[in-house]
Amino acid sequence: MSVSSTTANRPSLYDLIIKRGWLGKGLLIVVGLLALWKIVVSLLANPTLFLQQVINGLQLGFVYALIALGYTMVYGIVRLINFAHGDVFMVGAFVSFYGIARFQLHNWLSNLAPNLPPILTQAVGTLSVMAVAMAICALLAFTIERIAYKPLRNAPRISALITAIGVSFFLEYFGALKFVFTPNFITYKRPFEITTWFVNTKGIGQLIQGDTIPEGSVIFSNIFIIIVIASVALLMALNYIVQKTRVGKAMRAVAYDKQTARLMGINTDWIISFTFMIGAALAGAAGMLYAVAFPQVFFWMGIIPGLKAFVAAVLGGIGSIPGAVIGALIMGQAEVLSAAYISTPMRDAIAFSILIIVLLIRPTGIFGEPSREKA
Amino acid sequence: MKKIPRSSLIFYGGALVFFIVVQLLISFGLLNAFWNTILRLGAVMAIVSLGLNLIYGFNGQFSLGQWAFYAIGAYCAADITYRWANLGSAGGLMVVLMIVLFTGAAILFLRTQLSKIRRLDALSAFSIYLLTTLILGYVALQIGKALDAPVAAALKALPPAVALQVVFFFAVILAGMLAAEISFLFGLPILTLGSDYFGIATLGLTIITKVLLDNSDTLLGFAEMKGARGMIGIPKITTWFWVFLFLIITIVVTRNLLNSSYGRAILSVREDEIAAKAMGIDVANYKILTFVIGSFFAGLAGGLYAHINGFLHPDTFNFIKSFDPMIVIVFGGLGSVTGTIAGAFAWALVLEGFLRLFLPEGFETWRFVVYPLLLLIMMLLKPSGIFGGYEIPFIRAVLPPNQPKRAEDLRSEDAIQSQEAGL
Repeated sequence: MSVSSTTANRPSLYDLIIKRGWLGKGLLIVVGLLALWKIVVSLLANPTLFLQQVINGLQLGFVYALIALGYTMVYGIVRLINFAHGDVFMVGAFVSFYGIARFQLHNWLSNLAPNLPPILTQAVGTLSVMAVAMAICALLAFTIERIAYKPLRNAPRISALITAIGVSFFLEYFGALKFVFTPNFITYKRPFEITTWFVNTKGIGQLIQGDTIPEGSVIFSNIFIIIVIASVALLMALNYIVQKTRVGKAMRAVAYDKQTARLMGINTDWIISFTFMIGAALAGAAGMLYAVAFPQVFFWMGIIPGLKAFVAAVLGGIGSIPGAVIGALIMGQAEVLSAAYISTPMRDAIAFSILIIVLLIRPTGIFGEPSREKA
Repeated sequence: MKKIPRSSLIFYGGALVFFIVVQLLISFGLLNAFWNTILRLGAVMAIVSLGLNLIYGFNGQFSLGQWAFYAIGAYCAADITYRWANLGSAGGLMVVLMIVLFTGAAILFLRTQLSKIRRLDALSAFSIYLLTTLILGYVALQIGKALDAPVAAALKALPPAVALQVVFFFAVILAGMLAAEISFLFGLPILTLGSDYFGIATLGLTIITKVLLDNSDTLLGFAEMKGARGMIGIPKITTWFWVFLFLIITIVVTRNLLNSSYGRAILSVREDEIAAKAMGIDVANYKILTFVIGSFFAGLAGGLYAHINGFLHPDTFNFIKSFDPMIVIVFGGLGSVTGTIAGAFAWALVLEGFLRLFLPEGFETWRFVVYPLLLLIMMLLKPSGIFGGYEIPFIRAVLPPNQPKRAEDLRSEDAIQSQEAGL
């Protein structure tokens, strides 16, 4: 095989294959086409099942989006993979669990005013549980940031990363102690009753417990609706904070250039703490929603969703807020579809394979800007 | 005759004395089975951590994938000896040997050939390597199966105990080499990513490996590995002699590697990639070289670990545990060989040994609360590790005269950013 570069305009086959990297791209395209083919075949084989999986994936994707935002904001501002974020999510789930099971926090309005319509009291109760979870998570993140990360602000990045791992371990195993969260799997009590509807070509109807699901229909529950509404509302609130308020402007400035922001009179330490707190509040809400959707809480529950949310943040382009949401929705779909159609035990493996493939094709992610810190 | 340096004499002599003392204690039954196991675990941990220290401490690549290669090594070696001890077949040994030889030769050959092509991107190179190794691996599988019967017959001519030791020795070496080859294929595209992404991708590898091991009987088709139920029936033949031998080999190889021009290139990549590039050092090449050597040690250690308890479970290779070697090298000191070995033995003796014996039962759960706290305190107060750059003379002789103190030496993120902004 001889290297022929005689004609500059018309590259030879050898040039195309080797030098322009089509061999590598071809491999990825083949893998991508195989996955696409699998999805199309399964869509044609059973459209309702496919649609059902998409709905499940959307539900999961929105929860991941809320976690991924914390990762992406923190990484954007201090370039730290905050491993403890997944455990803050876990703490959020446990706080909401204790709020409901021990303190009956979701019933406070119906206890005070029994005459109000139950839908209102339930909504207010659920929201107040969520608010408590978010507040406690924000407080926790503030503490962690001040104790563990702030002293290391000027140390090599890697020390902060190891510290983050340490904090993550500490939260997990401290949570596993008998007098904290116990090392057991605990059944989560939902703050509201679950209602399920089915949709098919004939119309929509409520599914009464014990009934069989009508043929060819897609089911969804109020949990799905709550997760979507709550996530979208939180995302809009976050967008408002980041884009429209003074503190949001300061956050963007610090993420862009910390030193110059400090010179402009921005209290960077406080802005960094604030970023951690907002991220943690979203993670706390996500923890509650996740526990509502999959009613079980245990001290390790934060690790895998946390890592997957991080993958989602990388996928969307770390540092980018819309990127994190899009990436999380893609991750949710990928996880559910691969569990349904490829291999259930391999779904975690598939999530990470997606990460590796995306990093290879586009290291900055879908929405990411070319990184400035690359040495 | 060349004079042997005094530091080498002290090191080899000290190692020999230490080995003999421990061996005598074991032989006379003064050291019971529990402490014997703890010691062997410490030595195995030291080998894994030395490999990780090479990748992370000396070359600066933040890897969380060490545990995956440890798992690969453990299961590979266990499968080979399992087949020999329980089925009387040398099939596993010959298949792995053939695969390692064929693909290893192919990788070495392709490496010389592909380096001639300029502008070849990592992904294309990866696909060439992957296709070649897959095809050759299949050929090697068939050849290995054909060689099974004659080799088994030849091994059976030896006394059974000797044959088992021979199979074990080759199993451990092959486990290391298999891990090294897999790390090469994996590292080729991954090492081109930035350091944080490399860490996450290697963490992904650890999780993928664990999932595959959980389903090793159904997805991979190794019935004897029994998936998530755990592999049993592995001969318990890792003696103190074997772990100590491999530990000393690892230390000496690490030391001599660091003493060579390769070692200086590896260190220069850690210190400043751009400066290293400007000095004509092929940064990508040294990154992958270090990654492969580090993974080789991990595979070796895995092979030894598999034969300590005679039982393997995928949970041992959970990614939570993959932070253990990281913690060991952080405590011992990044880029410190002595610190790593001391840290590994301390890990085994303190965390697995003393605390389990002397503290009341409830404290078992507390140790995972205490050690992240220690890690935090360590990071905040003394980021250079307990030994803070101290090395025994044998190793110190080869390191640069001024042991770089990483924490203070490395510029902060702020400094890098302002530098890039042109300030």
